[in-house]
Amino acid sequence: MSLIVFTEIDNQQYKKSSLEAISYGKKVAQSLGLSCIALSLDTLSDTASLGKYGADRVVSLGHNAAFTSDNSAQLIADACKQLGAQVVVISNTYTGKSMAPRLAVALGASLATNVISLPDTSAGFKVKRGVFSGKAFAYTDLSKATKILAITPNTFDIDASGSDVTPETLSVAAEASKISIDKSDKVVGKVPLTEAEIVVSAGRGMKGPENWNMVEELADLMGAATACSKPVSDMGWRPHAEHVGQTGITIKPNLYVAIGISGAIQHLAGVSSSKTIVAINKDPEAPFFKAADYGIVGDAFDVLPQLINALKN
Amino acid sequence: MKVLVCMSVVPDTTTKIVFTENNTQFNKDGVQFIINPYDELAITRGLELAEANNGSVTVVHVGPAENEASIRKALSMGVNEAIRIDAPAHDAQFVAEQIAEIAQGYDLILTGRESIDYNGGAVCGLLGALLNMPSVNVVTEINYADGKYSFTRDIDGGREMLSCKGPVVASAQKDLCEPRIPNMRGIMAARTKPLQVVAAKETTPASQYVAYESPAPKSGVKLIDPSNAQELIHILRNELKVI
Repeated sequence: MSLIVFTEIDNQQYKKSSLEAISYGKKVAQSLGLSCIALSLDTLSDTASLGKYGADRVVSLGHNAAFTSDNSAQLIADACKQLGAQVVVISNTYTGKSMAPRLAVALGASLATNVISLPDTSAGFKVKRGVFSGKAFAYTDLSKATKILAITPNTFDIDASGSDVTPETLSVAAEASKISIDKSDKVVGKVPLTEAEIVVSAGRGMKGPENWNMVEELADLMGAATACSKPVSDMGWRPHAEHVGQTGITIKPNLYVAIGISGAIQHLAGVSSSKTIVAINKDPEAPFFKAADYGIVGDAFDVLPQLINALKN
Repeated sequence: MKVLVCMSVVPDTTTKIVFTENNTQFNKDGVQFIINPYDELAITRGLELAEANNGSVTVVHVGPAENEASIRKALSMGVNEAIRIDAPAHDAQFVAEQIAEIAQGYDLILTGRESIDYNGGAVCGLLGALLNMPSVNVVTEINYADGKYSFTRDIDGGREMLSCKGPVVASAQKDLCEPRIPNMRGIMAARTKPLQVVAAKETTPASQYVAYESPAPKSGVKLIDPSNAQELIHILRNELKVI
């Protein structure tokens, strides 16, 4: 029996979240006495290197077609059946989440998304997942024989202490997708917000969209993705895809810098799992200071130039 | 065009989440429940599409009778009829299996991108697979022309335009539309619109929530003098080594 890790390819490279998934999968496989197999839709020049991150076997399906939820779920499901999958690990990305449920149906498996712990298999198969949009966690016990775990990016460490593994190919026939992809717009060279290790986020305190160049400069210097609060996205100052919070996206970077955001409960829900939180706000009573590790009570227009200068030096 | 919208009922976004019974139950005392915000978008866009294409909208909800006030709200927004499957929403897989029982014969099935309580984001894909239909998650645009649906969806680090023939399942993301606010006429009409209650079918549970936990409180903020803000960069670089 085996544990399968589904790896995502972006711009001809394995995504960091997929490498995290392999290292996570290795640990789970070891505890259950399973072999850890990294599954790749296509073969890349560095497919063998997936072994470094913990894969005992690396299997490529030799498909380079664009991803649609229906036929790739079918492909992965067929491969999982052939490889005797008992546990399947997927990143909880948009791609992972479009496929994981279909895979669960095809395999008759239990599904848990937003997973943030290794499974506790002392009695049953319990995992911890984020619920209430970051306001709480829940432990769920998965009862079907096959389990699918969609793990939250930037939660588990990458362990690159293994060695390369010669990739195998597995021939699985793909059914035609009912969906056609007409166009794909991807920002190249920018880390998606949900996978970013550092996020610089700003709110109404920036007074208007014309002042975002400062935020972007700070983010660039820190190697960070940019985000914003709900009012800012509602007013159209920034695209909705940048809105973090309860009705936006939930993130957990290593560092979250909040500039001119008061810290309403809905916003905090989406970011409170960040490892380190910095709040910059001119209002000393802003609720964000209660949720932050570091705070600067000051005007963003005074503080940001200082930070930018310090980073340049 | 027959549209089915799956809606869940969730605590209002301002709710402080507290657990009881030794952290095994969510404390509903004093909590106001609302239609899941993403489902409100699905309902609204479903109505717009149905209105433009001589269609109708049905909402389906898996949950207890106490959630009927929220179902009536959906009806007051303009939805034609409602089905309530009478069982607690055990988990995403349970909900999808229940909805699949009544989801035959619709051209377009919409869900929210996720519920803001359990955040599974799975019902759209589960339904697609159970009903053998294509599924498109996190859509910010849905249009219909010449027998074909076209979508814009969020992908990791960008967006994608897709199209397919119905029937299809899609999940609503912010930006899809502005949620419709019921008017007085809608509220009056909703009182007499059909709300059918059906019994849940027996299924094998896929999971069971066993305990909850609240996030650990922060130990306290360390304030940095605003006139010496570069100190922050020093801490991040040399002490925490995060940049």
